[in-house]
Amino acid sequence: MAEGLSVTLSQSSPIVLDCALECAPGELLALVGPSGSGKTTVLRSIAGLNRPSQGRISCGADTWLDTQQGIDLAPQVRRAGMVFQSYSLLPHLSAQENVALALLDLPKGERIRQAQDWLARVHLHGLEARHPGELSGGQQQRVAMARALARAIGNGPAPAVLLLDEPFSAVDQVTRRKLQQELARLRRELAIPIVLVTHDLDEARMLADRMVLLHHGVNLQNGPPEEVMSRPANAAVARLIGQTNLFEGVVGGRGDEGATSLDWLGLSLEVAAESEFAPGTKVCWVIPPEGVHLHRRGRPYPGEGSNRVSGRIEDRLALGPFTHVTLRPARGGPPLAFSLPSHIALQDAIVPGAEATVTLLPQAIHLMPAEG
Amino acid sequence: MMDWGALLLSLKLALFTTLLLVPLAVLLARPLAWSRFSGKGLLESLVALPLVLPPTVLGYYLLTAFAASSPLGQTYAALTGRTLVFSFDGLLAASLIFNLPFAVQPIQRAFDAIPRAAREAAWCCGLSHWRTLWRVELPLAWPGVLSAIVLTFAHTLGEFGVVLMVGGNISEETRTVAISIFDRVQAFDEQGAAWMSALLVAISFAAISLFHLLTRRVGKSYG
Repeated sequence: MAEGLSVTLSQSSPIVLDCALECAPGELLALVGPSGSGKTTVLRSIAGLNRPSQGRISCGADTWLDTQQGIDLAPQVRRAGMVFQSYSLLPHLSAQENVALALLDLPKGERIRQAQDWLARVHLHGLEARHPGELSGGQQQRVAMARALARAIGNGPAPAVLLLDEPFSAVDQVTRRKLQQELARLRRELAIPIVLVTHDLDEARMLADRMVLLHHGVNLQNGPPEEVMSRPANAAVARLIGQTNLFEGVVGGRGDEGATSLDWLGLSLEVAAESEFAPGTKVCWVIPPEGVHLHRRGRPYPGEGSNRVSGRIEDRLALGPFTHVTLRPARGGPPLAFSLPSHIALQDAIVPGAEATVTLLPQAIHLMPAEG
Repeated sequence: MMDWGALLLSLKLALFTTLLLVPLAVLLARPLAWSRFSGKGLLESLVALPLVLPPTVLGYYLLTAFAASSPLGQTYAALTGRTLVFSFDGLLAASLIFNLPFAVQPIQRAFDAIPRAAREAAWCCGLSHWRTLWRVELPLAWPGVLSAIVLTFAHTLGEFGVVLMVGGNISEETRTVAISIFDRVQAFDEQGAAWMSALLVAISFAAISLFHLLTRRVGKSYG
């Protein structure tokens, strides 16, 4: 790939890394994984702050790292604008001086003008003279963002990348939403690769074009967040992204229109997607909570009656407008989780012990290889 | 009754020592604070040694090392035509050594306190290691550097044992204020000793006060 960022890394200590990723100019790639999964180490390797034992990193036409050829550029030479998790603003410098630090190679007048421009871009006009200690958490994050942008873009055209290490983790939720929206707007104007490290799946879903799911330093799956969420590659990915409706079943015969059936708890479930598994294969399968539909009391449910599961409500947790419910199937087996609007839970008396029926949407069922 | 020559010599020695030693201490303290290398513990112990050695012991070894017959003394004489013992040059060299812990330790502690992320942020902004030192590390370590300056200066003014061993008591060449005070007491010139002691107290107190004032101001600007 001549354009954009291309990374292949491998190391065995201090933590194991074995992954590859690519990020095109203008694309926002989320590196997602639990703590200790190596996502920050990948980001630090791109910036040149971590030296993997083997790997190759190129940005546009520039090679930043190639262990086979003995290339390992210093962080100073790589044009990587980095927002650190705790921002790492320099306490002895004002907001403007912090940003200007990334523009030291420009003549002084031009440097000051650009630093002011970047601060205005992140809505900090008028706060240029403040020191980090005099700024709120959200304002500090914006200064860090302005500094990273100035470094990546402000020094003229050269292959550059923007690296964001959990940039929203140190602020309160209201500020976080605001900053996330600002990034979503700002990134549309940026024509460089952006790599965002986060452990927050919602954040990845909201901001990223693609995500890479890391676990123990290994890239388990990558793709658009919606796809990774709804079509996890295997049971490990399903667990990492918090899919609780993870079950085992056996692939049944093929239907007329390419649809597959799935034997589960003695039921034959209809699966919309064509299956890569031969009939009789043991599989794992998931269904996201939004694919589980409750039958309302006293109202007919459309459809022919396939994919229906009856049972008793086991648990109910009301969280504001939505209520999270688990249903224990009458045929046994692990509980099914789903959510419904809280007022419906109230109207239909969805309380522990109540009988209920749900339909599993055929298009929401996703089959995966059985676990070895 | 006041030995102005001795006072002037002490101030000159303190100034030269500080000017030479503090930059050296910065270079030495940085790897001690941040790097891991074999022999680091040994180096730290060597730096701290003048704190615990009796000044006469240190002075004795320096005198031996500086002697005109020693390799060091001969080399120095060949290069400069001067001797290291009983001379200002030797006094300055000894002063640099016995002040090592006073200069290195505060700066090392200050560098220790700078988070690695601050330096990494500077590198990611494109700052070379040299620029990072000037624009990030030294401003952040400034209270420690200031502390080293004041401690080195004040301690040089007051040092007695090593100075007497290496420099002797030569007027205008090696007789510092501390030695002059000792002289006066031995000569039963109590008033002279009292005046000079009082002056030394005043200078030291002023230096320490200035240090506190400056570090407070630095602390404020960090906000």
